[in-house]
Amino acid sequence: MSGIMNGSEPLIHVENLCKSFQSGELHVLKNINVDIYKGDIVFVVGPSGSGKSTFLRCLNRLEEPTGGTILFEGTDITNKKTNIDKLRQKMGMVFQQFNLFPHMTIMKNLTIGPMKLQGKSQSEAEKTAMELLERVGLADRANAYPSQLSGGQKQRIAIIRSLAMKPDVMLFDEPTSALDPEMVGEVLGVMRDLARERMTMVVVTHEMNFAKEVATRVMFLDGGDFVEENAPAEFFQNPKSDRLKSFLSKVL
Amino acid sequence: MNLSQYLTKEHFYLNFIVDDRYMFFVNGLKVTLTVTLFAVLLGIVIGFLVGTIRSTCDKTGKLKVLDMIARVYLSIIRGTPVVVQLMIMYYVIFSSPDASKVMTAILSFAINSGAYVAEIFRSGIMSIDNGQFEAGRSLGFNYAQTIWYIILPQAFKNALPPLCNEFIALLKETSVVGFIALQDLTRAGDLVRSRTYNPVLPLITVALIYWVIVTILTKLVGILERRLRKSER
Repeated sequence: MSGIMNGSEPLIHVENLCKSFQSGELHVLKNINVDIYKGDIVFVVGPSGSGKSTFLRCLNRLEEPTGGTILFEGTDITNKKTNIDKLRQKMGMVFQQFNLFPHMTIMKNLTIGPMKLQGKSQSEAEKTAMELLERVGLADRANAYPSQLSGGQKQRIAIIRSLAMKPDVMLFDEPTSALDPEMVGEVLGVMRDLARERMTMVVVTHEMNFAKEVATRVMFLDGGDFVEENAPAEFFQNPKSDRLKSFLSKVL
Repeated sequence: MNLSQYLTKEHFYLNFIVDDRYMFFVNGLKVTLTVTLFAVLLGIVIGFLVGTIRSTCDKTGKLKVLDMIARVYLSIIRGTPVVVQLMIMYYVIFSSPDASKVMTAILSFAINSGAYVAEIFRSGIMSIDNGQFEAGRSLGFNYAQTIWYIILPQAFKNALPPLCNEFIALLKETSVVGFIALQDLTRAGDLVRSRTYNPVLPLITVALIYWVIVTILTKLVGILERRLRKSER
């Protein structure tokens, strides 16, 4: 399965990716092959338990793949000798449960990575953080603690915490699933802005309408393998496989 | 028994003033505080190391050999009385008459307390949601940095109340150092009692001093806890 061909190397090249749990008894991912190119906005959809999150978490090795190869910017991240920490700085990740650091102020949450990992000075890091905060409309909460924020605000901070590291790709693991319905919009708004700037994104989500709106590619994962992939319009209007048809009939 | 008969000027004079007997209490208190303070500091270091090793093994499956050693240490220390450990340290391990009793006591109590502190640290670390760990790693922090910057500050906050209880317990446990003839606060009270044949004033005094110290410590930790809780408003 190939992405949009633009003549360059893929940003992420996934080859024969396998992941099994419980010492090989539970095969969650079966021989997955995907290329993700710079500027791609890939939405991964599929029934729960299909391996969407596992796939995403394999991309930055939060989940250790049991087989296959993943090249990120040409480097094999499945190789044990690869400095995975260095590569993860280039791969932002946003979690369903936000995972802000509760013992730090918002400002500290945003600056600790750039300062400790990229050697930024405090003033430099805080300047970037302030710009990001203004971008998501939360500049006035810089000195608050995460517990003082609403879910939607937390997730917006989590997104810009990753952005502060200036990543080459952003991975979103069901970023709106833990939010109250009225807060979903504000988080999608931030993601929409990112999409407009053509930040490379891989998004696992249940928000089909959002996928329709911003994705460049939508991929259907079922039973541990990508069954079908297409541009959003085709994907939703003209599903080819029966499994996708049946899935779409349930969620749309 | 009528306690008030002992609470007279004469008894006070006999138990504290004659032969400068108050100095027994002062010197005993010095020993108690010295042993407790250094045992606490050393115990934190031991407990921190052992707790980190144990939770790293729990989380990542690495450091298996160190984890085994840590488990043996915990099992022995928590499975035997501290007095026995103290006497083994003094009479068996440091059997030389030149061995400093204070040093022996500090080492014994540090090793003993370290075992309890290790488990407090470990449960503190394990109680932090794994999402915190993943968030740190996904930003690019390595394992040690994630533990240091993200997990430990939160774990420490959770561990503070049980840690405080452990140190208060340790302060009181040092009262058994009399078994190696070290003259701590408890021993001081006993020595005065044996000279004046009046158990009430010296022993009540000893109890009161322990109580005051423990109360002050409890208050201090309460203040610290409130400060740490600032982030949970």
